[in-house]
Amino acid sequence: MSKPFEYSAPKLEEFTHDIEHTSRRWLLWVLLLVCIIGLGIFALVMQIVKGHVITGMRDNVVWGIYIVNFVFLMGVSYAGALLSGSLQLFRTKWRGPILRFAELITIISLCIGPLYILLCIGRLDRLPFLLMYPRIQSPITWDVIAISTDLVGCFIFLWMALLRDIARLRDKADLRVPRWRKAVYRFLALNYQDTPEQRKRLKFTKDVMAAMIIAIAIIVYSVLAWIFSLTLQPGWDSTIFGPYFVIAAVYSGTGVLIVLMAIYRKIYRLERYITRKHFVHVGIVLMVLAMFFAYFTFSEYLTRWYGQKEVDGRYLSHLYNDYFWLFIFANYISILAPIIVIGIPRFRSIKTIVTVAVISVVGLWLNRYLIIVPTLEVPYLPIQDTREAWVDYQGTWVELLLSIGGIGSVALLFTLFGKLVPPLDVSEMEDIEAEMLEKEKKLVNA
Amino acid sequence: MSDELQNKENSRRKFLRYGLLAGAGAVAGHTLLKATTPEPEAGSGEMVKVLTTDGKLVEIPKSAMKAGDAFFIDREEARKGIPNRKFVMVIDLAKCANARACTEACQKGHHLPASQEFMRVYLMQDGKNTAPYWFPKPCYHCDKPQCVSVCPVGATYKRTDGIVLVDNERCIGCKFCMTGCPYSARVFAWEHYPEYDVDVPYSPETSVPGQEGTVSKCDFCPDLLRVGKLPYCASACPMGVIYFGDMYEDIVTNGSETVRFSELIRDRGGYTHMGNLGTKPSVYYLPPVNRQFPVDRGFDGLDPEIAARYDKTPYVQKKKNQQ
Repeated sequence: MSKPFEYSAPKLEEFTHDIEHTSRRWLLWVLLLVCIIGLGIFALVMQIVKGHVITGMRDNVVWGIYIVNFVFLMGVSYAGALLSGSLQLFRTKWRGPILRFAELITIISLCIGPLYILLCIGRLDRLPFLLMYPRIQSPITWDVIAISTDLVGCFIFLWMALLRDIARLRDKADLRVPRWRKAVYRFLALNYQDTPEQRKRLKFTKDVMAAMIIAIAIIVYSVLAWIFSLTLQPGWDSTIFGPYFVIAAVYSGTGVLIVLMAIYRKIYRLERYITRKHFVHVGIVLMVLAMFFAYFTFSEYLTRWYGQKEVDGRYLSHLYNDYFWLFIFANYISILAPIIVIGIPRFRSIKTIVTVAVISVVGLWLNRYLIIVPTLEVPYLPIQDTREAWVDYQGTWVELLLSIGGIGSVALLFTLFGKLVPPLDVSEMEDIEAEMLEKEKKLVNA
Repeated sequence: MSDELQNKENSRRKFLRYGLLAGAGAVAGHTLLKATTPEPEAGSGEMVKVLTTDGKLVEIPKSAMKAGDAFFIDREEARKGIPNRKFVMVIDLAKCANARACTEACQKGHHLPASQEFMRVYLMQDGKNTAPYWFPKPCYHCDKPQCVSVCPVGATYKRTDGIVLVDNERCIGCKFCMTGCPYSARVFAWEHYPEYDVDVPYSPETSVPGQEGTVSKCDFCPDLLRVGKLPYCASACPMGVIYFGDMYEDIVTNGSETVRFSELIRDRGGYTHMGNLGTKPSVYYLPPVNRQFPVDRGFDGLDPEIAARYDKTPYVQKKKNQQ
């Protein structure tokens, strides 16, 4: 009789060392990240002082890499929410070591993503106007409502997911951390005592929240897609953008999850808990999503190409001529790679799965770029201009530094979360183990 | 000075006669007037008739009109629109020779840098075998403006007189309206241009001074309409390409010729550009038939930078290949 899944739950003690001790390498890493973020802040200050003229954006391509990053990060966040929500709801057996990553992805990219839309705004000083004079007709107002709802929902969900581990860290008398950090645990634990009654209630609430954030995330991401598809721009005015974006988001987020699993596995030596099986399982999810994504992409471009509307023709020829390799990479290679590599069992290994995950994530980012930038370069009235920047978009050092700064912020948040809680959901994994043991017992008895 | 005044007066009178005089005394303007203009001075008691925002014809001293024609309309008042008007523009493509006087006058009047054009002139060619023509393109002041729908803060709005304006004090610079507009009518202030350093109070009706980090566009010059003048582009055009008028009164004028709007559209086959998008533009075009100039005339005397704009158009490419 073989066990359905072979793992034993980790002990909290395995991770307390990392929580208690700050190594020099850790400090250097944080310093590096702070420097990277500092560069981003420098670029931001320059942009505010000198004006948006130092970015590559101009009157035709009014949104550039910032919006690409925004759409991308929001997608990753949404994927995290959908994955953690459904893993939780469906009680997937192998969810144990993945749950926390999915939750962290959700909340961290959700914290950084919306910052990018702010970078596009010409008058940051007037940001309160969004709340002072909101107009409900505007998809941006929908977005403001949706993203803030999403933020609150995801924070609550993450908090509830962390609650039991935090309570245990609070109760661990021999945890050698400064007093203020103990106070943080005390505060965050909300006086949770892990009584059977509390545990039951928490479980129920978590299920409700899981269902809710799945729904919220779908709405948020559709609203984001509608910002584009509700305009009349050729290349954007598509009826399938809502579901297309949702699928693309889960696809990219699953890729990010695999990459994260590999990184955490290495740093925290989690080989015992995150096994090839986990990579294969998430990999198969990635493959299925790649197929959906391929279907949507094909359907979208086929419709534009077949009808040969004059403006669609101009848009497609711009894509094929000026963005040929990007297009091939984003819409062929990055979709086919996971389907082939994960689809054929012989090719499946942790290394190959992580590689195709990286390819799919990069491809997805480029796919966003191709949706946003070339479209703006082909308006209804063909651009007649001599100024290079008005005709073709090219990101400048400002956009580059702020993009890298964003990656730095995401990495920093992950690093800091590592000091707060263990990288695995210890309490949940214990529950899963107990559950499985019980099932096994029943089977043996039967 | 007096000549200029006389000219102003003449064109104003003409405008008045055709019922386009739009009035001076907006509520805000009215109070401002009261505050700034004393009783008519003895000896210069000439009075002019103007229309108030509530549609009453009143007489005010001419000296009041002289105050730079600046009946300052504040931001709140600028949202209302001039009563009983529905402004309309007709562009006669048969007459346009790309003289660019419209663009230049507009930029001067609105204190815009060379890199910002509210009025652009395109070299259009509808198909491979159709003839190219010059195509001046202002904002179309659509009756179903997509830009207004998508604005999250109500910075851009549609008025009762059909004009779509931008309030640069409200605009947050998200540029959603720029992607929303299918006609690329809007421009963004990517930096603070020296042209913006004008010491006048800001009004959405004048779009002056421009503000960094906000969106602006052709405004149909309501400040000029209020004092019975044509927009900068219409009065500057040497060919009389641009007719401007009131749909309710069914009259448009290019300054030298005044015609019934409906007859002009009927007799000359007037149309709206890409009206199939459902935007219902307020700017109409008369097709380029029986042209007064060959299209090549439009390249004469162009600044090389401007001429180069048209290099990628099929017409210019074809011409270059033939040479």
